[in-house]
Amino acid sequence: MLEIRGLSKSFGGVKATDNVSLDFADGSLTAVIGPNGAGKSTFFNLITGALKPDAGRIVLDGIDIAGRSPPDIVRCGIGRAFQVASIFPSLTVQETMLAAVCVDQRRAAMLHRRFPLVEARERAEYAMELLGLADQRGRTAATLSHGDQKLLDIALALVLEPKVLLLDEPTAGMGTEERWRMIDRIRELWERQKITVVFIEHDMDIVFKIAPSIVVLCYGRILATGAPEAIRRNQAVIEAYLGTEHHAGAAV
Amino acid sequence: MTELQAGRTDSLGVSGVELKSQRGQYLDVLVALAAFVVLAILPVFFGSKALLDFVIRCSAFGLFATSLNLLVGYTGLISFGHGMFFGLGAYGFGLLMQRTGVSIPVAFASTLLITAVVAAVIGAICVRLKEIYFAFVTLAFQMLIHSTILSWTSLTGGDQGLRGGIPRPVFMGLDLSNHLHLYLTSCALLVLGLLLMRQITQSPFGYTLRMIRDNANRASFIGIDVWRAKLMIFVLAALFASTGGMVMALFVSGAYPEFAYWTISGEGIFINMLGGITTFLGPMVGTVLLLTLNDTVTRLTEYYGIVLGIVILFFAIGLRKGLMDFAFDWYAQRRDQVRERAR
Repeated sequence: MLEIRGLSKSFGGVKATDNVSLDFADGSLTAVIGPNGAGKSTFFNLITGALKPDAGRIVLDGIDIAGRSPPDIVRCGIGRAFQVASIFPSLTVQETMLAAVCVDQRRAAMLHRRFPLVEARERAEYAMELLGLADQRGRTAATLSHGDQKLLDIALALVLEPKVLLLDEPTAGMGTEERWRMIDRIRELWERQKITVVFIEHDMDIVFKIAPSIVVLCYGRILATGAPEAIRRNQAVIEAYLGTEHHAGAAV
Repeated sequence: MTELQAGRTDSLGVSGVELKSQRGQYLDVLVALAAFVVLAILPVFFGSKALLDFVIRCSAFGLFATSLNLLVGYTGLISFGHGMFFGLGAYGFGLLMQRTGVSIPVAFASTLLITAVVAAVIGAICVRLKEIYFAFVTLAFQMLIHSTILSWTSLTGGDQGLRGGIPRPVFMGLDLSNHLHLYLTSCALLVLGLLLMRQITQSPFGYTLRMIRDNANRASFIGIDVWRAKLMIFVLAALFASTGGMVMALFVSGAYPEFAYWTISGEGIFINMLGGITTFLGPMVGTVLLLTLNDTVTRLTEYYGIVLGIVILFFAIGLRKGLMDFAFDWYAQRRDQVRERAR
């Protein structure tokens, strides 16, 4: 579904993304992990068009989307949720969903009818239910709790019916219990919607428990890819990422 | 309420909202008609020319200020140069009527067309700029247009303005040299203009604008072409500002460089601050406020600037909101209180 070939991006002398090549199979669930500064968010930014790559190809369902503008890429089928919930504070949950569907249905510039449109109703309703936001429909986005704002953020990405959903640290800023609830919900969504999901995550317990496949980035390069067990035992990964605990343990 | 009932209400939630929006359209038209009727019969009860003049000026500035709020309040585009379209409308219309033999409706439509083209060009350059630069460059364009008006004496009359009056051939039974006819036409333009702008803000495009205002970055990640949307509203807002300018030109029977000076843009901003930018009618309330203030204060003292400055500061720093913002918040509070008690 999503093929990355030789993706590179430098900022001055720093290679934020260094010749990355990856495959995300249709319907897969992949976790992208790595130490801070490994280039995970840059990677997402390159795919979603927030940054233009210096080199490489990003092929989504057969179409090369590298270097295109964000609206273009979104319309091709990439959805993105943000680390810090990026929503519309003055709109209610319902209005947010309806407005997003209107845009997706190419009616963002319609002048002669009133918002909300009937045609947008079904999808908006479905997305709200999926994320458990239906009972908050009338609440202004700014008044939602942090967790609900993140849910809304994800709903905004999902409601556009993307082929690939990129989640940037979906559990960021949450307590342990809330984290598991969020990741369970994401796994449920993935199973229900059958879309390709890639998520960045820092909590190793969650990653190893939930993700069928893992990509480890370090210094902009791929360190390893594979199933959780293989990653756990990978020497390079242990040194670079899980290493310090190991050494600290040994020292004691 | 049983769970079943709650469930049904939920599923009706969205369609309930939608029904309300359709009703909103009819309601707005009704309100517009009622407002026009009230304005139309006003001369019957209050025959004073001063009052009718006041309403005509309110029409001109009301259209201008409300169009500015389309940019400021709904899209988050703070334009310091919006007055250029007010001036363009006045001069465009005045010149067309003086120099060519066309009828008023033709001159009206042509001026709108010219405004649209100019706004498209200027907008294409400006709307891609970030906040403060957008404000500066729109102001810069306004000063450019103002300078052109001042120096192109052979066309515009320079600092004297367009003189010799504006010919007013009768059209559709309306004789705009008749004060009452002018009054009714101004009211009609105001009401129609407000209705159209209302439709814009309540359309799907209106919500696209709100999304851009709240979070342009995310809007772009939803698939909105932010540049194109901003350009579109820039041009639309210019058309209504231009209409305000045309009303003004007919009112003073000419056009003056002041109509294109930055002070007009400033007055537009003041009006929005006084009336509030979060409600649709805020700018209209602000217009009435500012013009009333202008008329009463200039009668009492020559220090109009100081009084205006204090009032603006009071609203901007003290109250932090416009009048209509207060009205709306008070209403929303009352409504929530009623809901709480109902529970």
